[in-house]
Amino acid sequence: MSSEEQVLERIERARRRKPRVREELITLAHGAGGKATRTLIEAVFLESFRNPLLEPLADGAVDGGLAFTTDSYVVTPLFFPGGDIGDLAVNGTVNDLAMCGARPAYLSAAFILEEGFPIADLRRITESMAAAARAAGVAVVTGDTKVVQRGKADGCYITTAGVGMADPAAGLSASAAEPGDAIIVSGPIGEHGVTVMLARGGLGIEAADLVSDTAPLNGLTARLLEACDGGRVRCLRDATRGGVATVLNEVAGYSEVAVVLEEDAIPVRPAVRGACELLGIDPLYVACEGRMIAVVDQRSAGAALAALRAHPLGAGAAVIGRIAEDPPGLVLLKTAFGGTRIVDVLVGDPLPRIC
Amino acid sequence: MRFVDEYRDADKARALAARIAALCEPGRAYKFMEVCGGHTHTIYKHGLEDHLPSAVTLVHGPGCPVCVIPMGRVDDAIHIAERPGVIMTSFGDMMRVPGGRGSFLDAMARGADIRMVYSPLDALKIAREHPGRQVVFMAIGFETTAPSTAMTVLRAAAEGIGNFSVFCNHVTIIPAIKAILDSPDLRLDGFIGPGHVSTVIGCRPYGFIARDYGKPLVVAGFEPLDVLQSVYQNLVQLAGGRAAVENQYARVVPWDGNPKALAVINEVMELRPHFEWRGLGFISDSALRVREAYAAFDAERIFDIPGGRVADPKACQCGEVLKGVLKPWECKVFGTACTPETPIGTCMVSSEGACAAYYNFGRFSRDRVKEATRT
Repeated sequence: MSSEEQVLERIERARRRKPRVREELITLAHGAGGKATRTLIEAVFLESFRNPLLEPLADGAVDGGLAFTTDSYVVTPLFFPGGDIGDLAVNGTVNDLAMCGARPAYLSAAFILEEGFPIADLRRITESMAAAARAAGVAVVTGDTKVVQRGKADGCYITTAGVGMADPAAGLSASAAEPGDAIIVSGPIGEHGVTVMLARGGLGIEAADLVSDTAPLNGLTARLLEACDGGRVRCLRDATRGGVATVLNEVAGYSEVAVVLEEDAIPVRPAVRGACELLGIDPLYVACEGRMIAVVDQRSAGAALAALRAHPLGAGAAVIGRIAEDPPGLVLLKTAFGGTRIVDVLVGDPLPRIC
Repeated sequence: MRFVDEYRDADKARALAARIAALCEPGRAYKFMEVCGGHTHTIYKHGLEDHLPSAVTLVHGPGCPVCVIPMGRVDDAIHIAERPGVIMTSFGDMMRVPGGRGSFLDAMARGADIRMVYSPLDALKIAREHPGRQVVFMAIGFETTAPSTAMTVLRAAAEGIGNFSVFCNHVTIIPAIKAILDSPDLRLDGFIGPGHVSTVIGCRPYGFIARDYGKPLVVAGFEPLDVLQSVYQNLVQLAGGRAAVENQYARVVPWDGNPKALAVINEVMELRPHFEWRGLGFISDSALRVREAYAAFDAERIFDIPGGRVADPKACQCGEVLKGVLKPWECKVFGTACTPETPIGTCMVSSEGACAAYYNFGRFSRDRVKEATRT
C-alpha cells in the first residue's frame, strides 16, 4: 500500500469515529444539513432519544403500517417565485412520508408568529397551505399558535407533522442499496435553492424563468412503487437541505457501497447552472423541494424511469449513476471533463468563493 | 452553456493529454506549480490529474487569499466585530477561518453582527442603511479584489459616508512567488500563472521568473482545458530549452494588465513594509494598507486593534503546503485532526485551499476507484 493510501485509510478510520460536538454554541452551520448538522443530531438528539425507530435517521419513522414525521420551516423571504413557506411546510412533510413509501393522510400545523406580522400575509400562507394539502390529498387536522415579541422571530415559522399509511413490505431503507443498482433523480436539480437565494436579492442576478420546484411527491412515489415489484425500489430520498450530494452520501454510508455519478447525466437547468457558476457553488449541494433520488434494482431501472417520466413531476427524470461495491462510503463523480473526483458532504452551507 | 462547456470538453482534453504525454522526456519528472487557489480548485473539481501522465506533478501554490491570512488578523477582525455598534462584513469563505479565538461563525454565535457580502459595495450599502452603526469590510485577496476595495473607499469618500471603513488585508502576488523561488527545499520546472490577478497586473511583472530564475510561466484561465493547455505550453518551452512568460488566458488577460485598476489601488493604498503570511512568515513589501489620505476609512486607524501575533498551531504544516513542499496528505494532521469540520490550518477552510480541495474532491485512491468507475 502506498503512503498516500495509508493516509486515506487513516482518514476513513477517523471518519468512522463517533461524532463529537466541539463547539460550545450553536452556529448557523449546525442548521445547514451538512456534517455539522449530522454531528449535532447524532451527538445530542440521538444520544438523548435513542430508540430503534429513530436510529435509522430516515425522513420519518415507520412502525408496521404507520409512518410519522415532522419538520420545521424557516425561510427568507417567506414568499418566493413558485411558492412560499406555506406550501413548503405541507409539501416537505408530505414528501418525508412519501419517501418512507407511505401514503400521507393527516398533517398538523404549528405557527410561531412575530408580533406585528401582517394578518394578510398569514392568510396568504394558510391559503397556499390549503391548496398544497388539497393537491397532495391530505388534511390539516390539528394545529397550534404562539405569538412572540417583535424581534424574537423572523415573521413566521411553521412546524408540521404528518402521519401516513405505510406498506411494511416496501422495505425502503438507505441501507438497502446494492452494487449494480441504478440511481435515478426525478427531475432537474437545485431550482428551489437557487430561486430562494436569488429572491433574497443583493446578488443582482435575475433569472426570469426560474421558480422553486416545491411539489408533493406522493403521487410520484406511488406510481414508482406500483411500477416496480416489491423490493426492487431500495431507497427513496427527497433531496432537500444539502441537496443530492448529501442524500447520496447517506446512501453510500448506510449501505456501505460506493455511489458512482456521471456528471453529464445529471439534469441541471441552464439558469441554475449559470447562477451556480457565478456564485462558485455546486448544484449538487443546492436544496430541492420537489425532487427525489430513487435507488432501484438495475433490472427495474427502465420500468422505474418510464413510470416517473409518465408523471408530470417526473418528466425530467434521469438515471444519473449506479451503485458500486468499492470503495464503500464514497460518492464518486465522473466529471464531464473526463476525470474523477469525490463528492463529500459539506460542513455547513455552501459558501460563495471570493474570486 | 456557452463560454463554459467548450472549455470542459473531454475529447479535447484527451487529445491535449496525448500531446502532453508525447512531450515528456522518458525518465524525467516534471513539477509545475499552479500559483492560484482557483486553479487548485479547478484541478480537483474536474479531476484534471486523470489526464496527466505520471511524470507530471502539479504542486499547489500560495495563491489562496483566505489561506494566507494569519490567525492574528482574524483575531483582530473579530475584536473589531465585537465592538458595540459594529457590523462586520466579509466574503463568504472567510466565515469559517479560525483565529486564536475561533472563527467569524463562532463570533456570530457569541453575538457579533457579521454579515456575508458578495462585494465591498454591498458593505457600503449596509453602511448607508445603518447610519448609526460602524460598518467594516474585511478586505482580503490579491490584486484581484484590491481594486474593488479601493473603488469602494473612493465612493464612500465621494458620498461623504462617515460610518464605513475597511480592515485591509490585501496582499500582492509577486513577493510570494519570489519567496517560493528562493525557498531552498523546492525544485520546480515551471509555473501555471494566476489568471485573475493578471487581469489587473498584466504579464510583465512575471518577467524576472523567466529571466532571473530560468523558469517558464504560463498565465492560465480557470477552466480545466485552460489549465491543461498551460501545462502543455510549459512543456513545449522546456522541450525547446526556453523559459518565457506566456499568456494562455489572452481572452481575458491583457499583456499590460488594467492600468485603471492599478491606478485606483495606488490612489487608495500603499505597500506595507512587512506583512505576515500564514505559514510563510513575514514577507517584505507584500501587502497593502490604506494611505494616510484615506485614514477616515481605515479600520486599523479607527479602531484600537490588539495586533497580536498568534503562532500557527505546532502540528499545522500549512506553510509547507502553501510553498508546495508537502502534498496536503503528507501533513501530519491532514484528515484526522485537521478536517473541514475542525480545520487547524487555513488550507483546510477555503474551497480554494489545497488541503480542502484534496480532502473534498481528491481523497481517494485512484487505483481503487478504477474498477468502480469503469463503464
